[in-house]
Amino acid sequence: MEFWHFSEQSMHPAWDKIDGPTKVLVDNRLCDPEVAHKLYNRYLDEWMIADELGYNIFVNEHHASANCMSASCLLTLGILARQTKKARLLCLGVPITNRTDPYRVAEELAMIDVISGGRLEIGLVKASPFELAMSNQSPARIMDRYWEAHDFIVKALTHKGTPFSWEGEFYQYRNVNLWPRPFQQPMPPMWITASGASTGRKVAQLGYTMATFFNGAGTRPLYEAYKDEYLKTHGRPAPLDRFAYLAIVVCGRTEAEVQERVKKVKPYLEVQPRTPKAWSNPPGYESVELNAGALKSGVTGRINFGLPPNPTLQDMAEGGIMFAGTPDQLYDQMVKFSDRCGGIGHMLMLSQAGYLSHDETVDTLTIFANEVAPRLRAYAKQKNEEIVQAAE
Amino acid sequence: MFVTSLPETRVIAGVTVEILIKGQGQNLLFLHAGHGFQADDPLLAALSKQYRVIAASHPGFGATSRPNSITSMEDLVFFYLDLMESLDLTDIIVAGVSFGGWIAAELATRGTGRISKLVLIDAVGVKFSDRETRDITDIFATALEEIPELFFHDNEKAMAVLGHFDFKNMSLETTTRFARNREALLLFGWSPTLYNPKLLGRLHRVHVPVLVLWGADDRIVSVEYGRKYAAAFADAKFSVVKDAGHYGYLEQPAAYATEVLEFLVAKTPVAA
Repeated sequence: MEFWHFSEQSMHPAWDKIDGPTKVLVDNRLCDPEVAHKLYNRYLDEWMIADELGYNIFVNEHHASANCMSASCLLTLGILARQTKKARLLCLGVPITNRTDPYRVAEELAMIDVISGGRLEIGLVKASPFELAMSNQSPARIMDRYWEAHDFIVKALTHKGTPFSWEGEFYQYRNVNLWPRPFQQPMPPMWITASGASTGRKVAQLGYTMATFFNGAGTRPLYEAYKDEYLKTHGRPAPLDRFAYLAIVVCGRTEAEVQERVKKVKPYLEVQPRTPKAWSNPPGYESVELNAGALKSGVTGRINFGLPPNPTLQDMAEGGIMFAGTPDQLYDQMVKFSDRCGGIGHMLMLSQAGYLSHDETVDTLTIFANEVAPRLRAYAKQKNEEIVQAAE
Repeated sequence: MFVTSLPETRVIAGVTVEILIKGQGQNLLFLHAGHGFQADDPLLAALSKQYRVIAASHPGFGATSRPNSITSMEDLVFFYLDLMESLDLTDIIVAGVSFGGWIAAELATRGTGRISKLVLIDAVGVKFSDRETRDITDIFATALEEIPELFFHDNEKAMAVLGHFDFKNMSLETTTRFARNREALLLFGWSPTLYNPKLLGRLHRVHVPVLVLWGADDRIVSVEYGRKYAAAFADAKFSVVKDAGHYGYLEQPAAYATEVLEFLVAKTPVAA
């Protein structure tokens, strides 16, 4: 199992001043540049410490959000490409449906891969619905645009020799000629996020690593769809390293310490979903079939991360939202959850969230790296061997 | 306004079109608003007593198909040029509401000799103000629940027209029509939001008589916007209907019908 330190680079000092949505419409006077300066540098420091502790690095981006100040995951990775030494560098991801220029995305990816000496992992994502308010890109036909941008970026990264031209429906280029080409050949590893089975199958056909975020009980059917399709397409079972899962991770030496840290992290669960209603699902972002069915059933989305009111630590661990505990408790929670999903190969760890301080974040990362990660690696190794043996 | 399918199906220019053809007399091509329409629309019922009303769900709306060759307002205009030829319509009164009014204005600028009069009801489609002033409410930045407040003058009438948002007790066909209408409107109107930056400069090409009819309480495009729209044509009459919002034609169908019929009669040349 691989472990990825993730932080949304939040502007949490502003949270208690915000009544309504924390995104899109939130007053930008609440984003104090001097506070932001300190926070950005703090979060970068935490990634550098994570690198030294043996973690890989995962960054994201959102726009107009008090929960995530990373306006460009590639900008963050550009810094970390130079400032870290060993960690794999995952952008998950570049919201290619929001970017008007996939050529530039390919160039920036290649630069990061070359500067880091081949440590880039590429995640290309559909992006959250509310991002379309800022990017002004249309929610209609968003996946048609996604796949054309994806296909273009893959070709741009892998093409060698004389320039090529591209005259697609959404993107046109007369002269595509990537300088530099990526360090990793033929190209860096690819990731896609998914929550439903149909996307899972598409990712399986491509053989990419599939990540799912806070998906809880939806994870097992998603992973099973991937496994089924992967076997059909590639003629062998999907190895464990194709499956990634994102949850909050809180670690402490004692239960009292854990409780104290959970208390600081928990506001994230309340702040993160506060999207203006108009931007939670603009027409076109989801299919007509899904939207028509949701209207009829009255079910328009998951509330409270699918958790019961006032969830206990056990509810949150079993729901795959937050793993919080002492090292022994964390190991048990993660193994149980991984087994329930059918095996997780990459633990994407939101290890800084809410009001968790720098020292507490570093402490969590340190305890986990020393006392939990080695045991989970052994568990995952065994799990992967079972997959290989079952296939023979 | 979106509940039931239309009585006939035709294939026009590769599109499977649901269509209503009702009444006798001069052709009146009705272009519906962004939330769709249905066969018992009261304004159409009044107009069809004196005219042959032809009203289709636009490509992507209602149950009309939308091939991926149709993704823009220009494509819709070409579709309606094909429809007029395919049904061999001549001497047409083109009447459009809201988004349909935008299509109507675009069609009229294409210089077809088939159109003889134009009626724009609370139409969108043009841009007057500077780049930092919005003329048209950004309906795509609003939630479902805001439709009555934004599109109607009278909340009770709005809720009746919208089936009280009782989607749970509607058929899947109905919720599908509603979802398709919302997606198609966004596809054609996303950005620039419900206008064509070039259209205002082309309206002088419309030489037929125009009626621009507006709801006094239109909260999507103001009465002032409507007045400017009318002034951009060579021969336009501007009229305001009181106690009516953006979808005032659904709130005050009789008043809208009276205005339209009076205009059409006044602009019909008396035989020598």
